[in-house]
Amino acid sequence: MSLERIKIAPELYDIMPPEYQDLVQRATYGKESRGWKDIGTTKELIEEHSLCAGCPESMAFRYILASLPNPEDTVMVGSTGCTSLVFPHVAVHNIHSLFGNQNAVASGLKRALALRFPGRIKDVVVLAGDGATVDIGLDMTLQSWFRQEKFTTICFDNELYANTGGQESGLMQKGFVAKMAPVGKTFEKVRLPEIARESGCHYVVNCTVSKPNLVEKVVKNAVYVAREIGPTYIQFYTPCILEIGKNSMEGLQEMRDAEKPNERFAYKEYVSDAAKELLAEIAAKEKERKAAAKKQLAGQNA
Amino acid sequence: MATPSIIGQKNKKGQVYTDPWYMLHEAPRTPSFFTGSEVIKEAIRRASVDVMIAYPITPQSEAAALIGELFAEGYVGDYFRGESEFAVMSECAGAAFGGARVFTTTAGPGTMRAMENFPMWAGSRLPIQMIVTCRGINSPLSIQPDTLEMAYLLQTGMLVWHAETAQDFYDWILKGYMVAEEPDVHLPLALCCDGFFVTHTKDMVELTPADMCLPPYDPYRSPVPCMDMECPPVRMMRDPFVMKSNYISYATHASWQQEVWAAVERSRKHTIAWLDGLIDAENVESDVVIVASGTAVSQGREAVAMLADEGIDVGLVKVKTIRPWPGEEIREATKHAKHIVIPEFNIIGWLAREVKATIPNNERVHAGPHVAGGMTMPPEIIVGEIKSLLGMKVETLATRGS
Ligand SMILES: Cc1ncc(C[n+]2csc(CCOP(=O)(O)OP(=O)(O)O)c2C)c(N)n1
Ligand code: SF4
Ligand SMILES: [Mg+2]
Repeated sequence: MSLERIKIAPELYDIMPPEYQDLVQRATYGKESRGWKDIGTTKELIEEHSLCAGCPESMAFRYILASLPNPEDTVMVGSTGCTSLVFPHVAVHNIHSLFGNQNAVASGLKRALALRFPGRIKDVVVLAGDGATVDIGLDMTLQSWFRQEKFTTICFDNELYANTGGQESGLMQKGFVAKMAPVGKTFEKVRLPEIARESGCHYVVNCTVSKPNLVEKVVKNAVYVAREIGPTYIQFYTPCILEIGKNSMEGLQEMRDAEKPNERFAYKEYVSDAAKELLAEIAAKEKERKAAAKKQLAGQNA
Repeated sequence: MATPSIIGQKNKKGQVYTDPWYMLHEAPRTPSFFTGSEVIKEAIRRASVDVMIAYPITPQSEAAALIGELFAEGYVGDYFRGESEFAVMSECAGAAFGGARVFTTTAGPGTMRAMENFPMWAGSRLPIQMIVTCRGINSPLSIQPDTLEMAYLLQTGMLVWHAETAQDFYDWILKGYMVAEEPDVHLPLALCCDGFFVTHTKDMVELTPADMCLPPYDPYRSPVPCMDMECPPVRMMRDPFVMKSNYISYATHASWQQEVWAAVERSRKHTIAWLDGLIDAENVESDVVIVASGTAVSQGREAVAMLADEGIDVGLVKVKTIRPWPGEEIREATKHAKHIVIPEFNIIGWLAREVKATIPNNERVHAGPHVAGGMTMPPEIIVGEIKSLLGMKVETLATRGS
């Protein structure tokens, strides 16, 4: 169905940009088992990006877009920041409007889509920086959770304002010396995952994007729970290698260091009872699907 | 491909989707005695609004709560109280991006709090309708009528209309959607009125039948894609313009701004048809012409009648839309005038500035009288200003009783 929607009229085929022809031929819209392993083998939903070479945000973007369970019915909402340099390259509808208002936009959007497409899946996923999520947009982040708005909020936590040149943010570590924190940040990193849990999020994960399979799992879970139950929140460490003085190939190691036990991005999750039940159901179905596929494959080979 | 018309079908409340022109120009009307807030409710009952987002601020709180009642009754698709006007306007944007017909109301400090959203709405081509029940924005805190906030809305790229009466309000809410949603317009509308004077007073209003409503909004008539993944998503550009300091980037931003303002201009022809002109002009052959918008028009009309009793002939121009700006019409209507008097409910006189920038020989413009901070504008002060312009003796408070 989804590929139907993006198909090109034969008369216009040859004048369409090659990447669009490619999208129609090889994108993974509608493929139930889509995931990070498709990266590099099928048409991806993100083209080249304009981030710094080696920026972990670029990996995070690829993993997330490869993991969305229904990209053909997903609308993303971004905010101003380094992420806003990537969204124009992304082949799902996405909205940039202002800095910090992403959860408010998503609230209105989700309600409009729910109203216009009753009985159909229309996922909404917010993806914004830590400054957008925690500082300038905090009231809208929290209020959307209080209201139990049914969408996923993903924060790219690089612990500073990258796009404006490395200023202090609420998610920056205490003591870090940055622009606008000339003697070091004087207060602790804001504990948004805990706040998210207390604010009514049904699925909360805090981790890095060092492992694509983990990113795939949490993104899918977060979208499924948001679709059926209520707000979900993922905080990914996507270090700004530029502002912390790392080289292009050092991002991965930085994340691995930050996710060690007792470090600030050691894997942490909170799942409400309702979400646990739903995820167990989904896992059981997935298992069945895989077993059936295996059986079929065995039958074909026999 | 012909799409079957929705006209004649019923919504879930049993209202018939009616041809808007018929509904607003030909259908029978029932006189009703209502407050301005109730009139807003009655217009929205018939407007097939999908999403309304509310936030309390005097003097629009009552209207915003009444729309909540409509939602509870099933006339509005979704409704909730947002957390601040900034958030509300972004929530409205989200709903409009998602293809909904959207309605909201605000006033004074709320308008100012939300301001960052308005150029964004216009640039995103979201035909949201926002009622602005103007009130003071000065410090110390004021809740009284004052139209200063409208001056800030004029440069946002929104359509800005200024209703005089509850009847204007009723008709223009419905007509406003028709103009704002035209594919060659597709812009947000700030439908302004003077708070309290219009919202909290009762007036006789001619209502269209309650079982008729506007056809629903069709988001696929938008000149920009609706964000619902129902049409093909392609990456929009190779280089996000925000980061590029080059000519193509500047030219893109500049041409889009030009396009937004061109859309404001294109709204002119639709607005002229629906509102029967951007201005109403009466007796403009006179030497003195009052040009006003909002309730200043009503006060001007009183002044005209008082002066007529004394044998002094004065014309009156009611300015209905500030954006689009009826420059041509005002030039024409004031061409005989030796004195152009512009009474306003704000301290800066933004309407006078607009008129001065439009007409030849603008020393003819007399910017005033001005009242502000909630003061009323008795027609006597307009009469007084006109008489003193004409070199006549005017009784002032100081000379009274002496
Ligand atoms: C209202 C407003 N205030 C400030 C800015 C400037 N600004 C743009 S991006 C940004 C920082 C973004 O930081 P974050 O959300 O952490 O994203 P990052 O760039 O780090 O990915 C700021 C302050 C703006 N665009 N709008
Ligand atoms: S500034 Fe930092 S966060 Fe932004 S693209 Fe460069 S490395 Fe990534
Ligand atoms: Mg950041």
